[in-house]
Amino acid sequence: MLLAILVILPFLLGGAAFLCRSGPSGRGLLVTGAGAHLILSVAAVFGRPDALFGGILLLDALGGLFLLLTSILFAAAAVYAVGYLSREHTDERRDFQEGAFFSNAPQNVFIACLFFFLGSMTLVTATHHLGLLWVGIEATTLASAPLIYFHRHHRSLEAAWKYLVICSVGIALALVGNILLAAAGGSGAPDTESSLYLGDLLARAKAMNPVWFKAAFVFLMVGYGTKMGLAPMHTWLPDAHSESPSLVSALLSGALLNCAFLGILRAHQIGAAAGLADFCSPIFIGLGLLSMATAAAFIIGQGDFKRILAYSSVEHMGILSLAMGLGGTAAFGAMLQAAAHSVTKAMLFLLAGNILTAFHTKSSHDARGVIRALPVTGILWVAGFLAITGSPPFGIFLSELTILKAALDAGHFVLAAAYLGLLGLIFCGMAVPVLRMAQGPPTPHIAPGPRGEDPLSVGPPLLLGGLSLLLGLFVPSFFNDLLTRAAALASGM
Amino acid sequence: MDMISLAHTAVVPVILANLALLASSRLVTCIRLVALQGAVISVTPLIFETGPLSVHTAVLCAVALSLKGLVFPWLLHRTLRRVVVRHEIEPYLGYPLSILLGILGLLASLWLAARLGVPEASSRSFAAAFATILTGLLLIVTRKKAFTQVMGYLAAENGIFLLTAVLAPGGPLFIELTILLDVFVAVFVMGIAIHHINRQFDSIDTDRFCSLKD
Repeated sequence: MLLAILVILPFLLGGAAFLCRSGPSGRGLLVTGAGAHLILSVAAVFGRPDALFGGILLLDALGGLFLLLTSILFAAAAVYAVGYLSREHTDERRDFQEGAFFSNAPQNVFIACLFFFLGSMTLVTATHHLGLLWVGIEATTLASAPLIYFHRHHRSLEAAWKYLVICSVGIALALVGNILLAAAGGSGAPDTESSLYLGDLLARAKAMNPVWFKAAFVFLMVGYGTKMGLAPMHTWLPDAHSESPSLVSALLSGALLNCAFLGILRAHQIGAAAGLADFCSPIFIGLGLLSMATAAAFIIGQGDFKRILAYSSVEHMGILSLAMGLGGTAAFGAMLQAAAHSVTKAMLFLLAGNILTAFHTKSSHDARGVIRALPVTGILWVAGFLAITGSPPFGIFLSELTILKAALDAGHFVLAAAYLGLLGLIFCGMAVPVLRMAQGPPTPHIAPGPRGEDPLSVGPPLLLGGLSLLLGLFVPSFFNDLLTRAAALASGM
Repeated sequence: MDMISLAHTAVVPVILANLALLASSRLVTCIRLVALQGAVISVTPLIFETGPLSVHTAVLCAVALSLKGLVFPWLLHRTLRRVVVRHEIEPYLGYPLSILLGILGLLASLWLAARLGVPEASSRSFAAAFATILTGLLLIVTRKKAFTQVMGYLAAENGIFLLTAVLAPGGPLFIELTILLDVFVAVFVMGIAIHHINRQFDSIDTDRFCSLKD
């Protein structure tokens, strides 16, 4: 029952939020709903509830890990949203980039879409039917497009349209992949009974028609890879992340990309069970390296600090893909990387929102002296940069090291060198703008206000930063167990 | 008529609609073509049904037919009236070349059907489904109007529905219906987005989108 409540609750709350016209009570509903979802998620992940509706709703360790991350990020974003939405004006105002007038979408629509977004992501993590997983991922696109277009000006509209069209087409290809997979599970003869239940597909994997599976896997990889932001299908990602409100960027990057990755992992599970992991791994490694290289090329010399963070997400999705291609211990590295990247990137996007609010610019050349103007935000900004680029003692350091070790153990020396080289390039590319922003005297008129920085806007990133540090220093045994079980499922061991 | 020849006959209007879509610049014609194609495709699960008519197939066909044949064209006509645009002018790729690529896509689909070893009974339907998906993708990348891109999305969706009927019939009804619901919401959201694009840019040409780049 727990799983059904977990999936349905956000949709009901979304409906309630849509009807709730008053500002403060809408924000109250958002935080209460996020808190309730977090409690239920923890109960579901560690209570291991029974399957529902003949296995349509079933939470395994892999889904559980991503559910937990989604729920934590949503709770942090909800708290941040209270401060953010109460500061946003409802009337028309001037766009600081181009000077044109624009207004915001109504708050009730924004909060309702946030809840629908959460509900769709919950569905993706909690289902074992690949058709329903597809439905969930498509629903995330539809629920989050209005979130990107919160500030109603032409740049965010452009970003939302690109997102809507590119992702819908990508997801349509993934549906073709699902159909081919169902046909492959019916051992290639289309008249035989087919099924998209993960359990059925895994059980029949040995008898699966390999040609059909390969075709299906390519479609799924391209389709969900588009949504996950793997190069060269990543083109929507920097636009959507840079134009949406920062708390939405945090959710897109930290939670949504993981959900798309889950879709690919389900296909990989079946491939591994069918003994076709050797077919999948070069695709994973190729797309992974290409994503890292693309990210490196666009991060170096990039002026817009939200775009830098967006390309850093492309990089990290590339690392996840690379790690799945390597398999073995790298799969554990991938799970840890997914967790650490989620909390760290969400923290950085929320901080970027604070900087954007204070400095009214997205250019890393104009926003100077962040540490002096906004001390907490500034210090966390530098810490977050160190964490996301894989410096010790943060979680990403640990996961990237695990993946490197797996590559060396398997004898992929050229691959390991390319991986290290790209990580080094990205470190340098990000260090320049981040440190330039952090240091120096602030632009004269910038001040955090009479009461200092708002706890609602620095609290959530501080907490997420703490989690990022914790993942590097001490992974609690229950979480380590969850990661291990998720890695075993993902790599088909 | 037996099942195989009926399936082969049903494929003809689908393929003709693909080519006509690639050739027409009038947006109203595009809506009608996609709706007609969708209506034909909506009833194909009946053809591929081997036993007596099941409730599952009947409900699926009825819902698909009313969505693809009635609701979508109505929604799209409403959007079109609001934005006051009639024609796709100067697409990125000219009409003759589009048709040529459409035919090449059909040939590639036939090749793929042979390569994957689709049984004779369903190979033409498989190829038609794949060609429809390719046509949709071609429309999305080669046309300028945001509206025509939605038509491409719907054509691809038609192809996917046919592919499901050919390859993987009989999934849980509830899931097939939620997939259709997703498509419905997608068309709805895209319609609203087009309305906003028209208000912001005084046009629905996507080549006006040039402010976001590196």
